[in-house]
Amino acid sequence: MQLLFDTQQLVNNIQHWLAGTCELYHLPPCLVVTCIAIAVALALIGGFISVNAMMVVLAERKIAGYMQDRLGPMRVGPYGILQTAADAVKLLLKENIVPKIADKWVFFLAPVVVMSPAVMAYVVLPWSPGLIVCDLNLGVVYLMAVGSIGVIGIIMAGWSSGNKYSLLGGIRSSAQIVSYELAMSLAVIGVLMLAGSLKMSDIIGAQQDCWYIIKQPLAFILFIIAATAECNRAPFDLPEAESELIAGFHTEYGGIKFAMFFLAEYANMFVASAVCATLFLGGWNGIPGLPMILPPIVWFLLKTYLIVFLFIWFRWTYPRIRVDQLMGFGWKVLLPLAFLNIGLTGLVMVLI
Amino acid sequence: MNIDAICSLVLSNMAFFVLAAIGIVCGVLVVTVRNLVHAVLFLAVFLLSVAGLFITLEAEFLAIIQVFIFVGAIVVLFMFLIMLTYKVSDMAVPQGNRLKGAAIVVAGVLFCLIFYIMKAMKWNEAAPVVTITDDVARIGRLLLGQYVLPFELVSFVLLAALIGAIVIARKGE
Repeated sequence: MQLLFDTQQLVNNIQHWLAGTCELYHLPPCLVVTCIAIAVALALIGGFISVNAMMVVLAERKIAGYMQDRLGPMRVGPYGILQTAADAVKLLLKENIVPKIADKWVFFLAPVVVMSPAVMAYVVLPWSPGLIVCDLNLGVVYLMAVGSIGVIGIIMAGWSSGNKYSLLGGIRSSAQIVSYELAMSLAVIGVLMLAGSLKMSDIIGAQQDCWYIIKQPLAFILFIIAATAECNRAPFDLPEAESELIAGFHTEYGGIKFAMFFLAEYANMFVASAVCATLFLGGWNGIPGLPMILPPIVWFLLKTYLIVFLFIWFRWTYPRIRVDQLMGFGWKVLLPLAFLNIGLTGLVMVLI
Repeated sequence: MNIDAICSLVLSNMAFFVLAAIGIVCGVLVVTVRNLVHAVLFLAVFLLSVAGLFITLEAEFLAIIQVFIFVGAIVVLFMFLIMLTYKVSDMAVPQGNRLKGAAIVVAGVLFCLIFYIMKAMKWNEAAPVVTITDDVARIGRLLLGQYVLPFELVSFVLLAALIGAIVIARKGE
């Protein structure tokens, strides 16, 4: 239990032990430690992404059920808790179908291109003091940069399927993500100005006394809206609108390739929530002024899943908006407000 | 030199050659493949390999901005435009090489310029070792301090290009 509170000490101990082992067997530490660290980090992240996706999918279906006054999945396991596990097995066992006129290589690579940036984003997520794969100096910019690669995979999927609906989904997605990425980056700048650093741990450290959601409420709202759009979730799920585009860019995908898109979507949702919790809700810090009753990692997960719940709540509350409304809202409302936020933050910082 | 330093030296050299090879192959493919969408995808890989080269030079900021702007925005914009201009149902999207002559001239002039700069560099002297802890703040201070005039000039040019594009696009209306 004590170890959970003092994760910095835990990480130091592990590093110490690894270095000692290398010395014992006369191995070059840089190579061995790096290889082991990469393997362990990848295994942990991969495992977390799968388990998280299964849990969140089940939670989403259950919450949706209760919001619509029905029960949600109930058949597989007690209260249906094994439903997503059964779904995952079904997806993995399905036949792999490639359309005849599809561009085979691009069609094959698209899920990979969508999935890898989602995994790469986990590198800078701050779970607990010291428990972060790599606390980059440029953490926030890295997240934005990595997040912007995924859309190429979506366009690749839309184009290579050789299906007009898929292509329309890909085009919609690229327009949407380019527009909302701008608003999201600009919303974050307000926080970065206050924190004076791009490093995740520094931004959390700056929020020990007061979370940025209090100092930057406008930025928080802008960020949440833009993040919903970036994750292609309702009310901004136009790229995959099932009633207009029959699932859009992933119409032609089935089996394990579809599972990859699905996993990436939930992995991205977790990343967006974790970033939101880090930038605006104080990350692993407890509530300011109160004693730290829970370990930092529990605080981090608590806040992150709170935002995940918020995303699920949005999805089952708001109707999908039209394409022209989407672009108009992004460029004419979110963007000017983000600029206003930067200007106001700068003014207040100069005056105080 | 201990074994650790040798290890990391070998690894970074290997990384350089692998990334450079990927970059050159993809760069050639960008201008030779027939399918325009494939060309843009190879361009994305080429830009990523350049970002990787920046990382081997310990210029992380440049690498991340490279990915952010070029891969995340420019390549996406290219793909978007290709899908708007061509018949969307046509999977072939061929690229024409009619401007080959002009392209060769421009590339040749650029190569001569870069070659001239590289010749003027003093490669044999070891560069002074500077340890920079916070390069973002440094770049910021340089951009808005010493180089504020070129910086403002570039943004002015970009703004002019933006307005020009809008004027050309709306000519028909």
